[in-house]
Amino acid sequence: MSELTHLTLAQARDRLVKGETSAVELTRAHIAQVEAKRHLNAFITETPERALAEAEASDARRRQGTAGAMEGLPIGIKDLFCTEGVRTTAASKILDGFVPPYESTVSGNLKTAGAISLGKLNLDEFAMGSSNKTSAFGPAINPWTRRSDPAAKLVPGGSSGGSAAAVAARMVLGATGTDTGGSIRQPAAFCGITGIKPTYGRCSRYGIVAFASSLDQAGPMARTVRDCAIMLGAMAGFDPKDSTSVNLKVPDFEAALTGDIRGLKVGIPREYRPDGLSAEISEVWEKGIAWLKEAGAEPVEINLPHTKYALPTYYIVAPAEASSNLARYDGLRFGQRVPGKSLDEMYAKSRAAGFGPEVRRRILIGTYVLSAGYYDAYYAKAQKVRRLIAEDFRKAFETVDVILTPTAPSPAFGLDENTDDPVTMWLNDVFTIPTSLAGLPGLSLPAGLSSDGLPLGLQLIGRPFDEETVFKVAGVMESAAGFDVSPEGV
Amino acid sequence: MSLDISAVRAIATLARIELGEEELAPLAGELSNILNFVEHLSEVNTDGIEPMSSVADLSLPMRADLVTDGDIAEQILANAPEAAEGFFTVPKVVE
Repeated sequence: MSELTHLTLAQARDRLVKGETSAVELTRAHIAQVEAKRHLNAFITETPERALAEAEASDARRRQGTAGAMEGLPIGIKDLFCTEGVRTTAASKILDGFVPPYESTVSGNLKTAGAISLGKLNLDEFAMGSSNKTSAFGPAINPWTRRSDPAAKLVPGGSSGGSAAAVAARMVLGATGTDTGGSIRQPAAFCGITGIKPTYGRCSRYGIVAFASSLDQAGPMARTVRDCAIMLGAMAGFDPKDSTSVNLKVPDFEAALTGDIRGLKVGIPREYRPDGLSAEISEVWEKGIAWLKEAGAEPVEINLPHTKYALPTYYIVAPAEASSNLARYDGLRFGQRVPGKSLDEMYAKSRAAGFGPEVRRRILIGTYVLSAGYYDAYYAKAQKVRRLIAEDFRKAFETVDVILTPTAPSPAFGLDENTDDPVTMWLNDVFTIPTSLAGLPGLSLPAGLSSDGLPLGLQLIGRPFDEETVFKVAGVMESAAGFDVSPEGV
Repeated sequence: MSLDISAVRAIATLARIELGEEELAPLAGELSNILNFVEHLSEVNTDGIEPMSSVADLSLPMRADLVTDGDIAEQILANAPEAAEGFFTVPKVVE
């Protein structure tokens, strides 16, 4: 452990600017922490030599006066982003040995801004999961533990579980995540860090291994709201290589952190208070509402009537898109190949050997709902309900500026707890999926600890391309929450 | 809605995923549970609602029809499990 690993990304940046530390020093300190915390299995591939060479180049750039917005800051990249010359796995066996000949736009943007990558972070296979347990490289472990049972290992959430664990354990100052139904926000909540899924279209999807293309979006995960604002600024931007990336100027997100939310209306959706919501989650939500009131914002009860249909809608739309996207894994052009007597047999054997059970299940469901005779009953129906869910939000945002909800229905659960039933597992994302279907920005920040000492997160949802308001409100909540605890041993 | 073993076998064939006989029954159970779960959507009235395929409310952008890359066959083949003479190789498809 070193003092340098306990700086926030913004503090490290400011020290670099003042010449009080160097990229090499920062990178060395974080590499040491990566080694010390290897038991968390947060990384699939560590690239320390590369990182140190990049750090030296970064210090040289700074001396020449050409420092970027993320200059010299050690980060981690979710292993779903293609990185030129560095193995990319999507935590799946089927991509065995794949070394991309090109760089994803988002990781490339971070590199251009001067960030130093320490390697590729663990995730659920193809980002399909909420626990990181579906990774072919073994689960990442949450650095937090229960006070009542410190020996029990907990999941970091998923799918960006390695990213969340690495940030929480001070192995990196920030990490990239991707979010299709909650894969940035839920692990951020489970690991006591901050993460934002920006508006669909804000970040380029080029070079991100595709899961569900109409939902996938990249975003930053870090320890503070400011850190996420800085990092998103470096990641975002129009990219002609992604036809759904939006040609809008990237705002100065950090400048949005004015601390002034007087007069803002904050929507509190009635439907996010289902029977059986844990008392602790309700309490932290009430506290969040109180903080915003004290700061001069006005809570307003709102209705999002189609909320309960979001989960079934998602579990048609996302697997349908996945079954189509994952058709490219054919044992032919990259990854694992199992020989067969015919082309079809080779496909079927390669895919059976390469995909884990959750991915296989989703491909099969997706194939079924897209098949002739069932398309209208399932897929077209889900697309219609999706519109109704998006409409709920559009109407709500006619009267409110931002929406506040819990991020997840529970704190982190045990690695060995019952996750056999896929549908029960999916309930983890009940509060994050509606936002994804509507393409809206959603941020999770730590708001307190459970009675057993685990972080609890709150989610702020904004209008399309209004991440600035989300950041502004999040900044106020962060100050009010004063969440300054670290996991045991970090 | 519940799926039987033969339905699962047919879906797996469409998805090009080989399944062992012993895998069919458990998968039929799991997939049927999922279908029962998503069945809730049938209670929503969606008459006259346009299906939403993307939140991006825009028409696809056009670009000039120009070659912007190429001559990277070696790079592309570098990841192939089997390649020969500048081509991907497959099992024999024509008898």
